[in-house]
Amino acid sequence: MSELLFYLYALIACGAAIAVVLSQNVVRMAFWLVVSLSSVSFLFFLLGADFVGATQLLIYVGGTVVLLIFGVMLTSSGPYKTIQNSPAELALSGMIGLAFLAVISSSVFSVNWIENSYRLAGAKEHHDGEQLKFGYNDETEGNTTRSLGTALLGVRFDKDYSPEAGKHAHSHGGEEHSHHDHGEVTVSTGYLLPFEIVSVHLLVVLVGAAYLARAKRRVDVQQA
Amino acid sequence: MEDIPVNMFLGVGAILFVCGVLCMTTKRNAIGILMGVELVLNGANINLVAFSNSNYGLLGIDGQIMSLFVIVLAAAEAAVALAIVLSFYNNHQTVDVDQASELQG
Repeated sequence: MSELLFYLYALIACGAAIAVVLSQNVVRMAFWLVVSLSSVSFLFFLLGADFVGATQLLIYVGGTVVLLIFGVMLTSSGPYKTIQNSPAELALSGMIGLAFLAVISSSVFSVNWIENSYRLAGAKEHHDGEQLKFGYNDETEGNTTRSLGTALLGVRFDKDYSPEAGKHAHSHGGEEHSHHDHGEVTVSTGYLLPFEIVSVHLLVVLVGAAYLARAKRRVDVQQA
Repeated sequence: MEDIPVNMFLGVGAILFVCGVLCMTTKRNAIGILMGVELVLNGANINLVAFSNSNYGLLGIDGQIMSLFVIVLAAAEAAVALAIVLSFYNNHQTVDVDQASELQG
């Protein structure tokens, strides 16, 4: 199943990227860019990087491409033609919308939300007494938000304090074994400084962009 | 996911990268060049996230953090570049990069 999804999204991503290069109209280029970037975000979801995929959707598709489309509209020369939809296109888009609604509603109704809330609350037993798999997903199955957040704050729970790291230190012979028993822990590098630098960089960029794109008075009108 | 080799992801990234480079070099519209830059950054991001998967490499969560920084810097770059393009359009009434030859001396 994941193989099929991978080939589908890889094909869409590559085809849309080629269409960006080949199309001449800037608005069509922006549309194909949206298609390509969203399928890349689905590839991220397939790779188990849920937070990066969501960020890709939010920032690229929701922010950057909207910015690009505004740029296209602000710098376009000549008014756009009004495009009339034919009834066949309307019927096709209605069918696509109904199919999409069917997919979403079937996935929503197939989840047992009560059991899911018990599971996320960490309750080991259902009220019927049956055992449940409890807790959040494993990190390799797409639960990366917590380790990403702590790593950006400079704490590496995935390396320093994980049970695998302790096992690794134990397996290195007697000396490291005694070191570990004396309460010494390794400290891996986090990303607090790059995080702060990026935040200041974003502030500078916002101020700079607002300064560059400010509405100027038309100089030639004043001179005339 | 184990049955898909990592080369497939790298191939998708390579195709996106090449399309972005072609877009940067062949388009005369300044906004088209920006779209090429976005494609290039995305092609690099696919590689980072693919190697951060535990089936494909040892990068771990670091690859995803790198890709987050790349996404944020790409957004910043798009904002500044669009402001520059708008300013250029205000002064020259065009977004053709071949017209931007005032700095040639």
